Amino acid sequence: MQYIPNILFLVILIFGIGYFTKNIRKIIRNIKLGQAVDASDNKGQRWNNVIRIALGQSKMVVRPIPGLLHLIVYLGFIIINIEVLEIIIDGIFGTHRIFSSLGSFYGFLIASFEILAVLVFVSVIVFWIRRNIIRLKRFWNPEMKGWPKNDGNFILYFEMVLMTLFLIMNATDVHFQEMNNGNIVSKYIAGWMSVTPESTLYIIERVAWWLHIVGILIFLNYLYFSKHLHIILAFPNVYFGSVTPKGKFTNLESVTNEVKLMMDPSADPYAAPPEGAETPAKFGASDVMDLTTTQLLNAYTCTECGRCTSECPANQTGKKLSPRKIMMDTRDRLEEVGKNVDKNVEFQPDGKQLLDDYISREELWACTTCNACVEACPVSIDPLSIIMSMRQYLVMEQSAAPNELNITMTNIENNAAPWPFNQMDRANWINES
Amino acid sequence: MSEALKVPTMAEYMAQGKQPEVLFWVGCAGSFDDRAKKITKAFAKLLNNAGVDFAVLGTEESCTGDPAKRAGNEFLFQMQAMMNIQVLDGYEIKKIVTTCPHCFNTLKNEYPDLGGNYEVMHHTQFLKSLMNEGRLKVEGGKFKGKRITFHDPCYLGRANNEYEAPRELLQKLEVELVEMKRCKTRGLCCGAGGAQMFKEPEKGNKDINVERTEEAIETQPSIIAAGCPFCNTMITDGVKAKEKEASIQVMDIAEMIANAADL
Ligand code: SF4
Ligand code: SF4
Repeated sequence: MQYIPNILFLVILIFGIGYFTKNIRKIIRNIKLGQAVDASDNKGQRWNNVIRIALGQSKMVVRPIPGLLHLIVYLGFIIINIEVLEIIIDGIFGTHRIFSSLGSFYGFLIASFEILAVLVFVSVIVFWIRRNIIRLKRFWNPEMKGWPKNDGNFILYFEMVLMTLFLIMNATDVHFQEMNNGNIVSKYIAGWMSVTPESTLYIIERVAWWLHIVGILIFLNYLYFSKHLHIILAFPNVYFGSVTPKGKFTNLESVTNEVKLMMDPSADPYAAPPEGAETPAKFGASDVMDLTTTQLLNAYTCTECGRCTSECPANQTGKKLSPRKIMMDTRDRLEEVGKNVDKNVEFQPDGKQLLDDYISREELWACTTCNACVEACPVSIDPLSIIMSMRQYLVMEQSAAPNELNITMTNIENNAAPWPFNQMDRANWINES
Repeated sequence: MSEALKVPTMAEYMAQGKQPEVLFWVGCAGSFDDRAKKITKAFAKLLNNAGVDFAVLGTEESCTGDPAKRAGNEFLFQMQAMMNIQVLDGYEIKKIVTTCPHCFNTLKNEYPDLGGNYEVMHHTQFLKSLMNEGRLKVEGGKFKGKRITFHDPCYLGRANNEYEAPRELLQKLEVELVEMKRCKTRGLCCGAGGAQMFKEPEKGNKDINVERTEEAIETQPSIIAAGCPFCNTMITDGVKAKEKEASIQVMDIAEMIANAADL
């Protein structure tokens, strides 16, 4: 009988971690529905980016206030999780505060956790106020209705509850308070509760302890359904992010092969393709499977902060385009495709695609390719590359560019300039006064 | 106006068995657009003045393919690129300078994968190096003390991380450089990139160039300095839309330097 709590704890733990693992696997499988990319180059630069951008949050300081608050929550989150280790050991073996034998170092650790818990609590409240009272514009764009808006707030409530439980758990732990080692914040809460009988305190402590660890497991499993996945995916995402100047757009290799063939007078256009050469299914992207694994990882990583959209010249001047929405749509469609695969083992056409059903042409054609979104994203997401892939599909597979662009392209083809001027007049400026 | 421009073509150089120090890639706007041609000439004057041994491709130059690529037509882009690379390699070109950040970006970043490897510089970078080598004198002249703001071209700034060369030149012109709120990495696009120059904008509540020009006007400049023929057009249009053309000029940095030296 006395082992029931231990067994219960183990069951909850295994279930919590198991379900999380299952969903992470699903994410990986879904990402692999995309086109493989080679990211084996520039290892040093990539690790450097991970340390600077993901770990060091270098892009977050561009906006100092949210940057600082985010840093507190992020550090608090990581550091307080050391405490979870103790909780897990205690839970499995039925011990109580197993690390407390570390003495004054333990006190130091707990004291820093308690201070961080308060700081996190305060920061999260400021975040909530920014979202809901001050109503910063980037949290109220059209794509932020419904679930995305609630999701943002749920995470904040979660953090508040977890931090509160942590402090209550410490405050009502009579043994811990008697040790008087590290209870730098919780001793005040304990003071307010000094009239409560010890048996009641014990119950509160146990309840808070259980809710805290169960809460953490729920939070862990909530990630998969939330924009909060970035706390994990930011790291691989930054690693796989671009390591070239932002102005360099990838050249489609499949096109290069065809162009070379067209320009090589000795090539036999009727020759069978060389052994092993795959004929590309299509140029550009109309659905998520046509995008690269990096672009799909981008979609899962997006934290819907809207920094990209708030810097986007098209969005700022009232166009429909929002780079954040491009990322959210890609993720939504990928989830839909993933569910389809869950059900049918292999993807069965469902009469839908990313283009038109999620992202409209009007959005795609409004982009100036200015890279402001790419620059703004704190976790190295590239919304522009998805826009480009989809434009490529529209132009090369559907010949569906806006008419003025068709004229421009015809001019380039015929006169080597986007305007209808004769190439032979190209040097006229030299002799004009 | 001093003596006539000396702008030899690569074909002429080739005939004489000579190789220039640098190829001046003029670009489509620089060749055909009336406003941009003035920038081209100003830059050519500066090159003449600094004694730079340069040549142009003339009628053998053609569009780099940038607008086609960014409109999504990778085929057309790569066709243009391969043809240009053939011409450039035929003349054994090593170093290119251009007054257009779009040409600059494409030649520098997107040609190497297709076999075209050159050292490519934007004209502000090239002018800066001429100045540092003491070949080009940049002095304030009539611009001294004038309030001037600089609009970062996306394809020079964010795309290629060059924010300082144009500013150093402006500093040498002894102007009072005032930055817009959105500048450098956060600079707002003029609205022309990604082939937008060649089409009507999508439905919205404002044109991007007007938004940008308003921000520039807020700094109360007498000149808005630019480093791109397309930005130049967009902002000039913006200034007209705001009916400020009497008090605010839009000028390329090359024009300013040439103008200051009374070339
Ligand atoms: S690149 Fe396109 S989507 Fe990104 S900020 Fe610029 S205009 Fe907006
Ligand atoms: S793409 Fe980046 S900047 Fe844009 S909303 Fe997502 S995380 Fe934020």
